[in-house]
Amino acid sequence: MTDNELIWRIAGGSGDGIDSTSQNFAKALMRSGLHVFTHRHYPSRIRGGHTYVEVRAKDEDVQSRGDGYNFLLALGDSFARNPQDEAYYGKEELKPLYENFDDLREGGVLLYDEGLLDEEDVEEIELEEAAEENGWHVVPMDLRGIAKEHGREIMRNTAGIGATAAILDIGTEEFEELIRQNMSGDMQEANLNVLQDAYEAASELDIDHDIEVPEGSHDEEQVILSGSNAISYGALDEGCRFISGYPMTPWTDVFTIMSQHLPEFGGISEQVEDEIAAAALALGASHTGVKAMSGSSGGGFALMSEPLGLAEMTETPIVLVEAMRAGPSTGMPTKPEQADLEHVLYTSQGDSARVVFAPANIRECYTQTRAAFRIAYEYQIPAIVIYDQKIQGELRNLPASHFDEEPNADPGSVLTEEEIQDAAHHASGKFQRFLHEPEDGSNVSPRSVPGQKDGRYLATGNEHTPEGHISEDPNNRIAQMERRLGKLDDIRADLDENASHQAYYGPDEADYGILVWGSQQDTAFEAVDRLNENGHSVKALGVSDMAPYPVEEVSEWLDSVDQALVVEMNATAQFRGLTQKEIGKYGDKLSSLLKYNGNPFEPAEIVDGFESSINGEELAATNMKYLPAAGD
Amino acid sequence: MSAFSAIGDDREIDRDEFTPGIEPQATWCPGCGDFGVLKALKQAMPEVGKNPDEVALFTGIGCSGKLNSYFNSYGFHTIHGRSLPVARAAKLANPELEVIAAGGDGDGYGIGGNHTIHTARENHDMTYIVFNNEIFGLTKGQTSPTSPKGHKSKTQPHGSAKSPIRPLSQQLNAGATYIARTAAVNPNQAKEIIAEAIEHDGFAHIDFLTQCPTWNKDAKHYVPYTDVQQSDEFDFDVSDRKEAAEMMRKTEERLYEGEVLTGRMYVEDERPSYGQEKRAIGEMPEEPLAERYFDEDAEWERTYDNLLEHHK
Repeated sequence: MTDNELIWRIAGGSGDGIDSTSQNFAKALMRSGLHVFTHRHYPSRIRGGHTYVEVRAKDEDVQSRGDGYNFLLALGDSFARNPQDEAYYGKEELKPLYENFDDLREGGVLLYDEGLLDEEDVEEIELEEAAEENGWHVVPMDLRGIAKEHGREIMRNTAGIGATAAILDIGTEEFEELIRQNMSGDMQEANLNVLQDAYEAASELDIDHDIEVPEGSHDEEQVILSGSNAISYGALDEGCRFISGYPMTPWTDVFTIMSQHLPEFGGISEQVEDEIAAAALALGASHTGVKAMSGSSGGGFALMSEPLGLAEMTETPIVLVEAMRAGPSTGMPTKPEQADLEHVLYTSQGDSARVVFAPANIRECYTQTRAAFRIAYEYQIPAIVIYDQKIQGELRNLPASHFDEEPNADPGSVLTEEEIQDAAHHASGKFQRFLHEPEDGSNVSPRSVPGQKDGRYLATGNEHTPEGHISEDPNNRIAQMERRLGKLDDIRADLDENASHQAYYGPDEADYGILVWGSQQDTAFEAVDRLNENGHSVKALGVSDMAPYPVEEVSEWLDSVDQALVVEMNATAQFRGLTQKEIGKYGDKLSSLLKYNGNPFEPAEIVDGFESSINGEELAATNMKYLPAAGD
Repeated sequence: MSAFSAIGDDREIDRDEFTPGIEPQATWCPGCGDFGVLKALKQAMPEVGKNPDEVALFTGIGCSGKLNSYFNSYGFHTIHGRSLPVARAAKLANPELEVIAAGGDGDGYGIGGNHTIHTARENHDMTYIVFNNEIFGLTKGQTSPTSPKGHKSKTQPHGSAKSPIRPLSQQLNAGATYIARTAAVNPNQAKEIIAEAIEHDGFAHIDFLTQCPTWNKDAKHYVPYTDVQQSDEFDFDVSDRKEAAEMMRKTEERLYEGEVLTGRMYVEDERPSYGQEKRAIGEMPEEPLAERYFDEDAEWERTYDNLLEHHK
């Protein structure tokens, strides 16, 4: 598994530029023809601490972060040495070095900044012993010194890249090009010099390692972007021109990207007082005829439950994004988890009708956000895109042509003024917005928007008559409930016909199945390849439609396997519970592999978990939990 | 035909156009002050020349929320305390709409207090009418944020230990640019103030004293009232913040002593509305956003045409 892949980890303190450096590194590798995938790990603090980003590169599509890594660039935490601060930092500057020992593979390379980290301190953490034991190649270099020579210490990141390029023998052309594109003047000059000096200094060292960086080339132009980018671009391509929000990690990413681009697309972004207001604004904009979205993460989404219910009752289309992080309550703000599924499916009072999509990767973040808008506006229903902190921040390359889709600004079933004149009106002159039985036989009663002539109606969160008057009439109640809930069947049929979001992987016929959803899907797919190589017979199904649930599709697939392991990142097997509830059987067929320590699965962990489960052994790893089948 | 031909229609408007017709029957109690708001609002509409299709009325929950049912316009009866954020977005999406929000004292000063402060702070161009009867009516007589200290109710049987909220002073501090108090028992003043508030280009806050004959018998103390603009005793400059603040303090104190002072408390014409501010900094389009969805010639850009460049 160490063949032909590079997993490069850069570690430092939050605020040391780890993120931007890793982005450039990944982009440079992509430009050189490789496939790349990044994985971010960061603490909930602004400056300092221990943060790292991994960049995995292969000559074929990369599906996950992989297992461990083979090259560490440890910059040390520059913020741990603030003399003015009275807080006790201890040996914190060393954290980016020693906290990364666990996953560095045998024979890996460890390059650290001896300009920042004292030799004596490094001795104390027994690096030499650890290196000997694991066959690591330790390379201390004065990266800070090289940076300082050309001006500023902060450029030690660039020095680290230069040294990495020399040690891995990958050349510096792509990095130079990126520096020229992103910087100008003295900064550009200084960074180019630092890059070159560090490259030359490292070239002189004789380091004998066996990491081979693969060579590759792409058939077509590639782009590298995050899940949050893809969700935002999907929304823009669907004609979304209004966003309202309140900052909360990790939702903030989409909110920021949209806020930065909406004015240039003629749209409006509003940062408001709380999440109740945020969702309420999206509702107000949509009611008035604009395609709108809002969103949050767990705690903020909890506040949105009121406006979400109002959107359902008033049949106002909106799209909400829920970016999951570990809970309950404030939980772990910068760590991923898939534990808000039930929250998103069931929050808000009453029998509710909503659509929930869970994109599995960056590709799907774009397509399913588009689908969420299309469904929301065609069927006048709230649609939720649920993803997590993992997809939010990771970068992955895909063909630029993936985004080569026509925009769709259609606000759905909104009538023109001419159409309103011909539509049904109440004796009082009010437009019949909520017909019991719409003329086209569908469950969608077309709407008007304020300002249109003779389109007046009342939208109310109370149960209401066709023109919107509050009503507790039992027959009216039944008619309206049936029509609203009936949309879910129509939407399921629409999705089955036009845009099934489920992803099948592995051989058509297999004894065992892995059932997975959201961000863990592609990692599980990589595990399936390895399991089949190991002689098992396994296939996988990644489910993305959480509501309305694809009962037939999943049932058919489950029928075709003897046993299925449900892989998800939470402690209570929420997706397995949903599957059993929706299908009403297979309780004896579904067991669970769960992880909820704040880190996503690695493919090897799924392989281990699977093998333990079919061999009836206890899981050796303590960071995961196996939950056997429980019956229906 | 344009997408929003109802907007800007300049024919003469009859207030009866705002009566919804045969349905629904009013469910307010006999003698309820809310009838006074409804009447004043309807009377104000011909004065400001608005027709029912260009008015969007947003309400919260409670007796005041029923205003939508008796007022013929586009309506959105939202949820408790949330009428303002919904209304704000409607105004941003289509600034040509006449946006009015209404709610009770629980709605605007209790559960939705946060939104009330922030809407005033941003100075959205809209009118907000708070039906202030110092009681929770529809839930049957509990203490409200404007109930006087010592007010006894089933939920505060020993008498409230809380001082009432001071909505006028609060909204002045928050940034509202038109602030007035009027009363249901004062129909002419109420009509004038609502008309002025609608024409005001900024956030207009009206604390509308209404009586609740069922749950708050004390409400009859709203009679008699004094119009501060008509009384020589209160000669003050309505555009002067300091004088306005002093007037509000008097008004708010004396209300609980049984003297009802009403009228315009603060009017600021200079400050641009939020929409104007947003347009000035390029964060809002010149033409109403909502119109673009009806415009066949509108150009809808694909993101990859410009945004993807950064990702290559």
